[in-house]
Amino acid sequence: DDKLLSEPLSHPDFFNVKELFSLKDLFDARVHLGHKKGCRHRFMEPYIFGCRLDQDIIDLDQTMQHLQLALNFTAHIAYRKGIILFVSRKRQFCHLVESTARECGEYAHTRYWQGGLLTNAHVQFGPGVRLPDLLIFLSSLNNIFEPHVAIRDAAKMNIPTVGVVDTNCNPCLITYPIPGNDDSPTAMELYCKLFRMTIIRAKDKRRQSEVFNELR
Amino acid sequence: LRLMYTATAMQSKNVGASGPEKYTEAFIKKQIEEYNLGKRHLANMMGEDPETFTQEDIDRAIAYLFPSGLFDKQARPMMKHPTEIFPEQRKIQWGEDGRPFHFLFYTGKQSYYSLMHETYEKLLNVQKYQDQLTAQDHLPQKEKRNLAGSRWLTKIELEEMLLEKLSDDEYSRFIQLLQKLMMLPCGDIEEKYIQKFSKEVPVQLQKVVIEPLKYDERGVAFSTGEGTRKTARATAVVYDNGTGKITVNGIDVLHYFPVLQDREQLLFPFQFLDRVGKHDMVCTVSGGGRSAQAGAIRLASAKALRSFVTEKEVEFMRQAGLLTFDPRVKERKKPGQEGARRKFTWKKR
Repeated sequence: DDKLLSEPLSHPDFFNVKELFSLKDLFDARVHLGHKKGCRHRFMEPYIFGCRLDQDIIDLDQTMQHLQLALNFTAHIAYRKGIILFVSRKRQFCHLVESTARECGEYAHTRYWQGGLLTNAHVQFGPGVRLPDLLIFLSSLNNIFEPHVAIRDAAKMNIPTVGVVDTNCNPCLITYPIPGNDDSPTAMELYCKLFRMTIIRAKDKRRQSEVFNELR
Repeated sequence: LRLMYTATAMQSKNVGASGPEKYTEAFIKKQIEEYNLGKRHLANMMGEDPETFTQEDIDRAIAYLFPSGLFDKQARPMMKHPTEIFPEQRKIQWGEDGRPFHFLFYTGKQSYYSLMHETYEKLLNVQKYQDQLTAQDHLPQKEKRNLAGSRWLTKIELEEMLLEKLSDDEYSRFIQLLQKLMMLPCGDIEEKYIQKFSKEVPVQLQKVVIEPLKYDERGVAFSTGEGTRKTARATAVVYDNGTGKITVNGIDVLHYFPVLQDREQLLFPFQFLDRVGKHDMVCTVSGGGRSAQAGAIRLASAKALRSFVTEKEVEFMRQAGLLTFDPRVKERKKPGQEGARRKFTWKKR
């Protein structure tokens, strides 16, 4: 049992997430497109490659590294049977995110965030509720273009976060930020596909390891 | 120095904060067993067969054994199946390892949001199907659906269905989504799904049945009508091929109603239909006063005349107020006042 949990931690890329995406895939899905220069957030400047005709272009090399770290982290969380919560406040992709979560067997919250959900959970849901172990933000702003309340709440409750940050977002409190576009449908579909594949892969691997252990 | 006794503040429980008391499945099972046992005991007490003792028999037995003069039916002693008494409640939403069962559990309103998710999915399916048809140029024309016969579920009914509280805004959003789904040309595919949230409303006008004309021994057509006004009850029989003769309780109308106003009230339905001298009327009336009896006979004769007349004219009569029962009765006197509305004289000092 101990070996089951400690073995994946010895490899840098146990679940081989690098092969799921390539730079060309990211480029074709228009992940590198950011917002206009006026919308740029100060803390996103390190992740921006340059500015063309007033539109910011995100550095895809950095995105690749961050994406690999984030996917590896989610795979580990899924392997250890953690609860993953997909959060996005984009109305366009609400249905897509919810279907992705349902197919993975994980949870989603793409609706109005009630204040005490994470911080006041025992009163809202009932005593003995289990909080999510990872929050994945597919869009870290809410409908008023302010940072989503869940980022701050997760930091308060010591819950790690993975988030796609666009050029107008604040990447500060997110543990594994992924600089990239969060407005194009192709980009969102790519992210959903990647997260779905990593989670399913990690869960399958867990089941296989458990079966091997039982056979021994 | 003296010992000072300080009262320890008891932490009082806020009893109302936890919501209505939650009962476990085991509790409900025990209640059902007790109910079944009690049913058999009751059947034995009443001398009936325990096997074939229905809920109606139980109600009658309880009403016999515990007679109560209370007005409110809910306040009287009752013995019903526990599922009817204890409202349905949410069971614990997560399993042993702590993982919730529903994928939208962390939103707080899982049933409502999953309903919205499903409905939106149906909408997308319909749009996809429509696009396929347009690509092949097979798009069907939108037929006018009859909206008068059905209504959407009310907010309270939806809350009961979902076992969750809803806000007005959320309810209206859901109804708008359903309407959007219905308005699409190919919305007929999801007919079954939409029918889950709509209810039939019987059209009010179709309830009122106009009786056909009856013929007596002489071959003359006649029809009957009943009317009430205040405390007066009247029945009128209107005969065809008449001379405008009206008899009330065996007495001629001129002797029974000396006042012109009452006779005008009787004449009004015939005058409205331009059939003043064409019908005979025989009526019986009891109760009430002079004016109330006149009003009662007017209503009775108007109801009787419906059988002689076309549907359009019936609608005209209804709009003129001839067929409406007058609900005005004497208002009760209240304590602290001299009459129903009149207050006692106000004295400044």
